[in-house]
Amino acid sequence: MRANFTVFFAFAGLLFFSPVAHAQAENVEKSQHEQAHHEDGHNTDTHDEASGEKDIKGIIKETIQHHLADSYEFHVTDGIGFPLPVILVDGGLKVFMSSEFHHGSIAEVDGNYYKEYHGKIYKTDALGSLSYDHNHHPTNHKPLDFSITKNVFVILVMAIFMFFLFRGVAKTYQTGLAPKKAGRFLEPIIIYVRDEIAIPNIGEKHYKKYMSYLLTVFFFIWFLNLVGMTPLGVNVTGNIAITFSLALMTFIITQVSGKKDYWMHIFWMPGVPVLIRPALAIIELIGLVVKPFSLMIRLYANMLAGHVVLMSIIGLIFIFESWIAAPAFLGLTVVLSLLELLVAALQAYIFTMLTALYFGSAVEEHAHH
Amino acid sequence: MEIPEIVGAGLIVIGAGIGIGRIGGSAMEAIARQPEATAKIQTAMLIAAALIEGIGFAALFAK
Repeated sequence: MRANFTVFFAFAGLLFFSPVAHAQAENVEKSQHEQAHHEDGHNTDTHDEASGEKDIKGIIKETIQHHLADSYEFHVTDGIGFPLPVILVDGGLKVFMSSEFHHGSIAEVDGNYYKEYHGKIYKTDALGSLSYDHNHHPTNHKPLDFSITKNVFVILVMAIFMFFLFRGVAKTYQTGLAPKKAGRFLEPIIIYVRDEIAIPNIGEKHYKKYMSYLLTVFFFIWFLNLVGMTPLGVNVTGNIAITFSLALMTFIITQVSGKKDYWMHIFWMPGVPVLIRPALAIIELIGLVVKPFSLMIRLYANMLAGHVVLMSIIGLIFIFESWIAAPAFLGLTVVLSLLELLVAALQAYIFTMLTALYFGSAVEEHAHH
Repeated sequence: MEIPEIVGAGLIVIGAGIGIGRIGGSAMEAIARQPEATAKIQTAMLIAAALIEGIGFAALFAK
C-alpha cells in the first residue's frame, strides 16, 4: 500500500514538473547553440542590451514552436532520444533512419538526395541546394511522406498499450464479476461512459453498437492528453491532423448510421411551411460539416492553448531573470498543470459526449405526428 | 478606414466570454435552487460551454 502511494506521488510529481524540465533543457541547449553561433560569427561585440533581450524572446518562441510541431526523431532532451524511420514514396519506396538528417546533412538513398528544411523533406542534389520563391519557401520537389514521425510513433505505442490494457481488463471478468487489477480503476470510468454518456444521448435501444467507438475515443484522447503532460514533450492531440482524423471518423459513423428520420430532418424538415424547407435543408447541410469541424477545432485548440500557456509562463522566468520571479512562475506552472490535468479529462469527455449526441441524432426515431 | 481582422477576433472572443460567463452563472443559480439536480445541470452546462468555446477558438485561429 505504502509503496503504491510512493509510486503515485513520484508519478504525480513527474507530471507537474515535466513542462518545466522540458523547457529548461531545451532552453539551455538552444542558448548554447546561440552562443556558439555568435562566437563563430565574431559579432559578439555589436550586441547591446536590447538585442540580447530580443534573442531570449526569440529562443523561447522557437522552443515553443519546436515543442508544438511534429518531428522526424524522438527527441526528449539533450542526448536523450532516438531516430525514427523516414518513409518516402518517390518513384518507389525510400526508407532510411532520420539520424541521417543530423546537423543539416543530406540523406542519400539509391542515388536520390533528401534534405529536411523546417520540418519538411525536400528532394535536392548531392550538395543539398534548395531554391526559394519570393516568400522564401523552397520550390524543390516534395516527395510523398509516410514517415513514422514522433506523433505517429506515440499513437502506435498508445494503441498497443491500450490493446493490452483493455484486453487484460476484459480477461479478468471471465473468472468473476468483481473487477481486478487495472479494472478496479477503469471499471467506474467505463460504466460512466456507458451510463452518463452513451445511454442518455443515444438511447437504450441502439447504444450498444456505439460503445466500442465511444470508449476507444474517450480513452485514446484522455491518455494522449496525459502523455502530453509528461516530460516526453509530445503534443499529439494538439495536432490538427490527428483531431481531424478523429472528427472524420465520428462524421462517417454518424452518416452511415443515419436512419430515415435523420435524413428527412435534413432534406425535408417536417412540421414547417413547404417554402421554408429548401432553405432549412441548406442550413442543415452546412450544419452536417460544421459539427465535426467544431469537434476538430475544439480539441486541437484546447490542447495547443494549454501547451502554449504553460511553456510561455516557463519562458517568463528566463525573461525576468530574477530570484523572485522564478519560484512565482514555477508555482503558477504547477497550478496551471493541475488545471491542464482537468482539461485533459474534460476534453476527452466533451469529445465523447458530443460524438454520442451526434450518433443519437442519427439513430433517433421520432414519433409520427 | 480599414479595421484589422484581429479586432473582429477580439470581438468574437469577448462575445464568447460573456456567453460562457452567463452559462456558468446560470448553472450556479440553478444548482443553488436545486442541488439534487447538480449532475444534470453540470452536463448541460459543459456541453453549452464547449459549443461556444469552439466558436471562440475558431475565431482565434481563423484570424
